[in-house]
Amino acid sequence: MKIPRTPWLLVVAAGFWAVVQLLRLVGFNDYYLFIANLSLVYVILAVSLNLINGIIGQFSLGHMGFAAVGAYVSGSITTLIYKLSPNVAAHYPGFVLALVAGGVAAALVGVAIGFPTLRLKGDYLAIVTLGFGEIIRTIFNNIDAVGGPRGLLGIPKFSTFTVILAFALITVAVIRNIAESAHGRNMIAIRENELAADLVGIDTTGYKVKVFALGAFFAGVGGGLYAHLLQIAHPTQFGFIYSVQVLIMVYAGGVGSLTGSVLAAFALTILTQVLKSFLSWLKAATDLPIGGDWYMVVYALLLILIMLYRTEGLMGTREAKLMIIPEEDEK
Amino acid sequence: MGSIFNLQQVVNGLQLGSIYALIALGYTMVYGIVRLINFAHGDFFMVGAYAAYGAFFLFNAALGGSGLPMAGIALVLAMAASGGIALLTNRLAYKPLRYKPKLSSLITAIGVSMLIEYVFSAIPFIGPSFRAFPEILPSRPIQIGPNATISTQAILDIGVAAVLMIGLTVLVRHTALGKAMRAVSQDKDAAKLMGIDVEKVIGWTFLIGGSFAGAAGLLAGMTYPRIFPFMGILPGLKAFIAAVLGGIGNIPGAVLGAYIMGVAETFATAYNSLLGEGIAFAILIVVLLVRPRGILGEKTADKI
Repeated sequence: MKIPRTPWLLVVAAGFWAVVQLLRLVGFNDYYLFIANLSLVYVILAVSLNLINGIIGQFSLGHMGFAAVGAYVSGSITTLIYKLSPNVAAHYPGFVLALVAGGVAAALVGVAIGFPTLRLKGDYLAIVTLGFGEIIRTIFNNIDAVGGPRGLLGIPKFSTFTVILAFALITVAVIRNIAESAHGRNMIAIRENELAADLVGIDTTGYKVKVFALGAFFAGVGGGLYAHLLQIAHPTQFGFIYSVQVLIMVYAGGVGSLTGSVLAAFALTILTQVLKSFLSWLKAATDLPIGGDWYMVVYALLLILIMLYRTEGLMGTREAKLMIIPEEDEK
Repeated sequence: MGSIFNLQQVVNGLQLGSIYALIALGYTMVYGIVRLINFAHGDFFMVGAYAAYGAFFLFNAALGGSGLPMAGIALVLAMAASGGIALLTNRLAYKPLRYKPKLSSLITAIGVSMLIEYVFSAIPFIGPSFRAFPEILPSRPIQIGPNATISTQAILDIGVAAVLMIGLTVLVRHTALGKAMRAVSQDKDAAKLMGIDVEKVIGWTFLIGGSFAGAAGLLAGMTYPRIFPFMGILPGLKAFIAAVLGGIGNIPGAVLGAYIMGVAETFATAYNSLLGEGIAFAILIVVLLVRPRGILGEKTADKI
């Protein structure tokens, strides 16, 4: 007999929404709300990268390139609409469509990149995706219609907490359901042993390209939300170093664990903000010449230490199980 | 028009290629021996440039501003600093992961690269801003054709690269250490059974590769006199691509790839600056699709 599952994801998201709304009433200021929003954007980016790096095991280093495509495409659309009529409330359907358009554009770029490059493995794939990420960024840096090196300015601030949370929920739900389906098991087979997966008849290249496109789609949506949160899309926001930052979230949380990515996205976004404020406080208090880059040093050390001492990250490949009905032991 | 394909561009390309070659050698030697793309290698190059910069301010006054001894000291110190940091990186970050999955080492290498860059950028007396590299040796042009000159700096770049490369060739072909290196790159386990101290060979490889990157850092500082903590990223990537183009793990291949890369980039930049930025990646993608083992690389197959 099949007992319907409690939609825990929905419950957690609704709970989080309610808590933040309640906190808003008791002095949860805009800065804290911004951190919550930023964390949720990073949830989208980290979970979608985990689909590529963790579930199907293709090491991609250019995730922010896809986010850039989504940011610029959706940003251009909404900026255009906003200029025509600046009535914000009426634009939400258009905003959602613009985000999806950004995602689709990113997915198309993902397919275009995926076909030639996914034949490569491991470290070569990492370098090529890094290269493509940088090429995408360089292209935006040179298109004058989207601001070139100045960036795309004047993007309306459409990314509200509710919208970002909804998209984060959709991202996690879709990717989790895929990971738990038969397709997901095929992907894990490709991750564990590509040659063997090929030999039992799994269309490895097909899966890889599709997963790459799907990961790129959500990265594009995440990039769009990011641009509408900061109200700017700038080439430097999507540099290699930020792809690495998302990668650190995936590895800190545990490659292959979506729960881990969600937790790490929150933890590291908050850590970054805490470190930044601590450093500026220390600078003001002690009058020492402290550069703002020390928080990146912490990030780098974190990555090295995870790799040296806890390669599986926080969660390994496990997921948080909130089911009340005890599962059958899978071992 | 038509003037972009001229002798001057070839000279400039060879000059750039010499710097790429010195970096690419470190990539290819390390890859040949431990099968690791050492992401932090570009940063060893940056460390070399800063070491030379520091050496200039420490010793120039004592030497009374004479160029050649100063350049010599800067070269030795740059090579020592980069070699030392390469050795340290290997010991602290890569050695514990030697027998773990390859991707762990690669990700650690990215972490090390970030660490070096941001520590340099965060330390107050280095800082994230650009610095002008001092003129150690004044450069002057020498006429070599109707429309082409070669600067003494270019001769120095090409000369230093050539001397170091000849030294490396002698080392690899005619010394016991070189023989051990070749053995380890062919089969680590068998080499160990033959009594070769594999870790020691790996350490030497990092030291030599790192010191070559340090020499390249000094030459790059003298040639393109502007240094900053992130200067290693792009030359590092391009040198890596050069090593892949030549056949990664293959020493003559890396040199060949680097000179092709230097000339190609110079021509592409003369044509269009955006193309100049992208040509390296275009070359990488074409090579990986058409001939993944590179020009001089040997064919390998997946083992079941």
